Amino acid sequence: MEIRVFVTILLSTIFINNYVLSRMLGLCPFLGVSKKLDSALGMGLAVIFVMTLTSFITYPIYKYVLVPNGIAYLITIVFILVIAALVQFVEMAVRKMSPALYQSLGIFLPLITTNCAVLGVAVLNVRSGFMDHGTSLGLMKCMVQGLGGGIGFTLALIIMAGIRERLEIAEIPENLKGAPITFITAGLLALAFYGFSGMKI
Amino acid sequence: MNYWKEFAKGLWEKNPQLVLGLAFCPTLAVSVSVSNALWMTLAATFVLVSSNLLVSAIRVIVPAHLRIPIFITIIAGFVTVVDLLLEAYQPEVYRSLGIFIPLIVVNCIILGRAEEFAQKNGVFLSVLDGLGMGIGFGLTLVVLSAVREILGANKLFGYTLIPGMEPALAMALAPGAFFTLALMLWAMNAVNSRKKGR
Repeated sequence: MEIRVFVTILLSTIFINNYVLSRMLGLCPFLGVSKKLDSALGMGLAVIFVMTLTSFITYPIYKYVLVPNGIAYLITIVFILVIAALVQFVEMAVRKMSPALYQSLGIFLPLITTNCAVLGVAVLNVRSGFMDHGTSLGLMKCMVQGLGGGIGFTLALIIMAGIRERLEIAEIPENLKGAPITFITAGLLALAFYGFSGMKI
Repeated sequence: MNYWKEFAKGLWEKNPQLVLGLAFCPTLAVSVSVSNALWMTLAATFVLVSSNLLVSAIRVIVPAHLRIPIFITIIAGFVTVVDLLLEAYQPEVYRSLGIFIPLIVVNCIILGRAEEFAQKNGVFLSVLDGLGMGIGFGLTLVVLSAVREILGANKLFGYTLIPGMEPALAMALAPGAFFTLALMLWAMNAVNSRKKGR
């Protein structure tokens, strides 16, 4: 029974409520890092990792520190500081343990702190009630939501990068180059992803 | 006038979304209705002005290498104030803006202004700068949301415009937001390149 719940959360965060194309979170990296396919993939993997880890870390902090002490209203301050520290820590750990991985992912890590999708998933985990008292397997649900959000972000980013590599050689009106044409493409993608909302799981 | 220049640059010349290319997430996400857009503007401008004020007031005593965490904490503090105020006095607005109230903290305009302007300039100028940037942010947001509300819901400020007309639902959803913003960016580019050509 529980497996079904997890699959539902995963599929709906990837396709139906895609973080970029439906919830409109994380648009800055979506515009900034979608020029080339391989850097899009690197950014995507880094985001998947950080989002899952953020969901994992913020759960005990919210449930066992903030709520019992009656300071749940401080989530914005606490979460943003936790995310910033976490990203810093991950960067250091990756640099120490695997220089090869650092070469490919390292430059994207500092950018992730200001990615609103990461703070977004932490806040959404709280608002969807996964961290409430008495929710069974709340931690797993949070992590699955983080994983799905990251995968959805990566999917959108990779599709976008593929299209933009083609757009480079297309003839576009001068004033439409850069951000405007990217947003038109994103609009068409969002229209396509809107089709998933008819999906019943 | 120097003061007027610092205030007015946010409105057009350095408009946060259309020229600097910042803060697209809140712009696209809350522009479903004009009243949402106005509340978002109010909230973001409040945070922007107060964080600019505080950052510029303490700019001499902040050590350079610790400035980013300090700025983020200041901004997050003001965001919490807005969050609690809206939850208490405007629960309806609080519900419809949803997670985009806490997400003001990662709105790039606010940290950007603290870093680029408030830590180098006096208190009064920083407040003017914050006010101008906030209103410029709101201007784009209100135009975008007016287009989306008229076309997507056939309404303005919640009043039905043409009775019996079927609205274009896509405009109220994510695709409409992307298309409208793309057209606005296009128009801005066209105006600016024509100015340059002359």
